[in-house]
Amino acid sequence: MVLQAIAFYLLALTTVGAALAVITARNPVHSVLFLITTFFSAAGLFVLLGAEFLAMLLVVVYVGAVAVLFLFVVMMLDVDFAALREGFAQYLPIGLVVAFILVVEMIFVTASVAANGAAAHSTGPQPTGSVTNAEAIGRVLYTDYVYLFQIAGMVLLVAMIGAIVLTLKHRDGIKRQDISRQVARTPASGMRIVSINSGEGIGE
Amino acid sequence: MIGLANYLTVAAILFTIGVLGIFVNRKNIIVILMSIELILLAVNINLVSFSVYLHNVVGQIYALFVLTVAAAEAAVGLAILVTFFRWRGDIAVDDASVMKG
Repeated sequence: MVLQAIAFYLLALTTVGAALAVITARNPVHSVLFLITTFFSAAGLFVLLGAEFLAMLLVVVYVGAVAVLFLFVVMMLDVDFAALREGFAQYLPIGLVVAFILVVEMIFVTASVAANGAAAHSTGPQPTGSVTNAEAIGRVLYTDYVYLFQIAGMVLLVAMIGAIVLTLKHRDGIKRQDISRQVARTPASGMRIVSINSGEGIGE
Repeated sequence: MIGLANYLTVAAILFTIGVLGIFVNRKNIIVILMSIELILLAVNINLVSFSVYLHNVVGQIYALFVLTVAAAEAAVGLAILVTFFRWRGDIAVDDASVMKG
């Protein structure tokens, strides 16, 4: 139990500290690296909760795909990031006031929900039974939520096509395959019969 | 004993950091997108901790869908950002209104 508490506080502090570093780092590349740290420690929190499947999904999807995508874009764009930081100190006071109010309100709500809300009579975390976490998710996801699962796939497909359409650039002066022209080609338009006299070559 | 309130507090702080990030980095759209990711992560922590403490796996299913939408949003957002940068040579959010119609 003590070990679990130590792990929780360590992971929670890492998550919060790395998240703060994400929004305050001067260099966006450092921001992305701290974002990866945040996701890793959040995955640790998920493991601590007993949601191993989502923890691994978080590592694969966020660290493996989203964070790397961010890293690519940050390194690809040649932007003066110092200029983009102006106004940081100007908006910090009002931002801190709003953040303070928000966090105090949310912690009050959290405390009251944990004490009197739906989870008031909770007997603690779900005990690990005979069914693994991944199996429990699969049993519900592929039965009751199969339509939502399909829609999630459609969302990803549309996002993929949208991202490709947005970033695809057609350059002029590059030979490309034109399928319809290829198919419409007939022997009459693609071929010419010439009669060559011996010893003269094709001429012209 | 690590209770539900501990996890919810971490999620609340993470959410607030995300909102603060949008406030203070209001010119840098890359950090704004990362702040949105932080906010969605906070939502996921909330969903998963309630799911575990209420012994109901549906919360984790919803966290899965939030994860899907967050990935799609990041991909499309960064694609728009790359297109905008190619066109303008800059990523200042103030100029983004030229994208309309």
